Amino acid sequence: MSVRRLYDKQPDSFAFTPENMDWSAIQIAKYPAGRQASAVLPLLWQAQRQGGGWLSEPAIRFVADMLDMPYMRALEVATFYSMFNLSPVGEYFVQLCGTTPCWLRGADDLKAVCRRQIGEPGDISEDGKLSWIEVECLGACVNAPMVQVNDDFYEDLTADTFERLLEDLRHGRNVMTGPQNGRQASAPEGGPTVLKGDM
Amino acid sequence: MLRDEDRIFTNIYGFHGADLVAAKSRGDWDDTAELIKKGRDWVIDEVKNSGLRGRGGAGFPTGLKWSFMPKDNDGRPHYLVVNADESEPGTCKDRDIMRHEPHKLLEGCLLAGFAMGAHACYIYVRGEFVREREVLQRAVDEAYDDGLLGKDAAGSGWAYDIYVHHGAGAYICGEETALIESLEGKKGMPRLKPPFPANVGLYGCPTTVNNVESIAVAPTICRRGASWFAGLGREGNTGTKLFCISGHVNRPCNVEEEMGVPLKVLLERHAGGVRGGWDNLLAVIPGGSSVPLLPKEICDTVLMDFDSLKDAQSGLGTAGVIVMDKSTDIIKAIARISHFYKHESCGQCTPCREGTGWMWRVMERLAAGRAQPREIDMLLKVTKQIEGHTICALGDAAAWPVQGLIRHFRPVIEARLEQRQTAEAAE
Repeated sequence: MSVRRLYDKQPDSFAFTPENMDWSAIQIAKYPAGRQASAVLPLLWQAQRQGGGWLSEPAIRFVADMLDMPYMRALEVATFYSMFNLSPVGEYFVQLCGTTPCWLRGADDLKAVCRRQIGEPGDISEDGKLSWIEVECLGACVNAPMVQVNDDFYEDLTADTFERLLEDLRHGRNVMTGPQNGRQASAPEGGPTVLKGDM
Repeated sequence: MLRDEDRIFTNIYGFHGADLVAAKSRGDWDDTAELIKKGRDWVIDEVKNSGLRGRGGAGFPTGLKWSFMPKDNDGRPHYLVVNADESEPGTCKDRDIMRHEPHKLLEGCLLAGFAMGAHACYIYVRGEFVREREVLQRAVDEAYDDGLLGKDAAGSGWAYDIYVHHGAGAYICGEETALIESLEGKKGMPRLKPPFPANVGLYGCPTTVNNVESIAVAPTICRRGASWFAGLGREGNTGTKLFCISGHVNRPCNVEEEMGVPLKVLLERHAGGVRGGWDNLLAVIPGGSSVPLLPKEICDTVLMDFDSLKDAQSGLGTAGVIVMDKSTDIIKAIARISHFYKHESCGQCTPCREGTGWMWRVMERLAAGRAQPREIDMLLKVTKQIEGHTICALGDAAAWPVQGLIRHFRPVIEARLEQRQTAEAAE
């Protein structure tokens, strides 16, 4: 459990773009008639994307209206699930995994890089490009330590490669997602110990 | 070592494509209709006889779980829900299935859904797995285009739809009834059981929730036969398993191995061994963060399966193997796990909501040496007051790592407290 409150400066209104309205219709159609509330997570998620990475109160109300849910129910959902950012984030939002498997392999070093380059958790860098928080296990433990930036995982990081990654993101340079040390996905570094023949 | 011919996930590392053509070349969707024509009971019996136990952590026999679904349809639809909300620290196997072997999962969904009389399936993918969800959705689209899903799925005559759904960052949604609540558009708070999901699940309808790996191995079991799967591993602990080896090993990795592989062999053969050599090993958490750790003496000989690890007062869980060498501050490592459970408690049951935070704060003090020796026993007592006193197993999962630490490393904690006391006295 953690304290999650709405941001003190809220926009006046929110509405989905026509593209997002179409997209929402496809999501809602996945669930049986009358069960449209099932689409609340995907729709809030899309609203967050449209809102620049965070979820405003008007956006939560908009989604609740779309799904015919009481505002309170949608607000409960928005505050319960940790992926909904209730206040603004940087253009590149870094979620740094600090749970034990990543911690064992140097997550603290990555945190130090974040503090140096960005500031404290939740702070947005002056240029608006970067912000970071520590999150719980992101499910890439054999590629630890790792971070998620927006939709992508960056794995097998060191303080040096992470520092460079943040710089590259800040300057809009192309970056490689996934393992940063040349590994193939979750195979051992240097190549797999199994499945070496033609399958 | 498990022979390559006996591996189910031949593209687990993604060296080959995840698309339908590549998947078919690996044997997926090969005459699925033939398997379905053998009937519902045949599929369930095959999975039962294979000895497959749920791969999501609890190890409940999968075929038996499927057989709990009502045989006759009372007018309510039946649902299969796949738990792809993989978030147990140390575990990252379902991610590889979704991004590299999505068609194994989809074919498994069809077979399992058919076996339980379901025409619809929801796959609940954890929110952070955005790219994995995209791959999975592409695979679903391909399967529809190829007639493998839809009104006459794979030419079997069985109508079947699969929908990809996603969460938004809540570990608790990996608990099956919390997952159902979340899928209905609510906060992910576990439900009281009974009623069990097989009777009253998603939208009040009969529902079975299975882990990704449990479902993804089903087609291969049906194709190669229950006896093939049952011939791997040992009685009650059959088949192959994806192991995730993280922490202080030379080459962390995921690997599919035979159930019951000795822990030491697993680490040395596939993960390059413990950093600094086997004698530098301090402890291993063998099944994801929820299970109690094992000190090196036990790691020397323990086998990696449900019953062996249970006998060692731990568990196979999700087979997320977290290795810690002698450089590890073991108290801090477990304190960080306590922080995880404090963060992820849904807040519904008092012992868990209050207890997880309480345990974490005491663990932090123990790590810093700022505690009285008697507090170790008090902490142990509190873990027992949380364990078994909550609706779901998150309370247990938060208690076990602390219990494991005190069971095996009490002298380390005591030394830490004494060290601090001595230092303070000197000041």
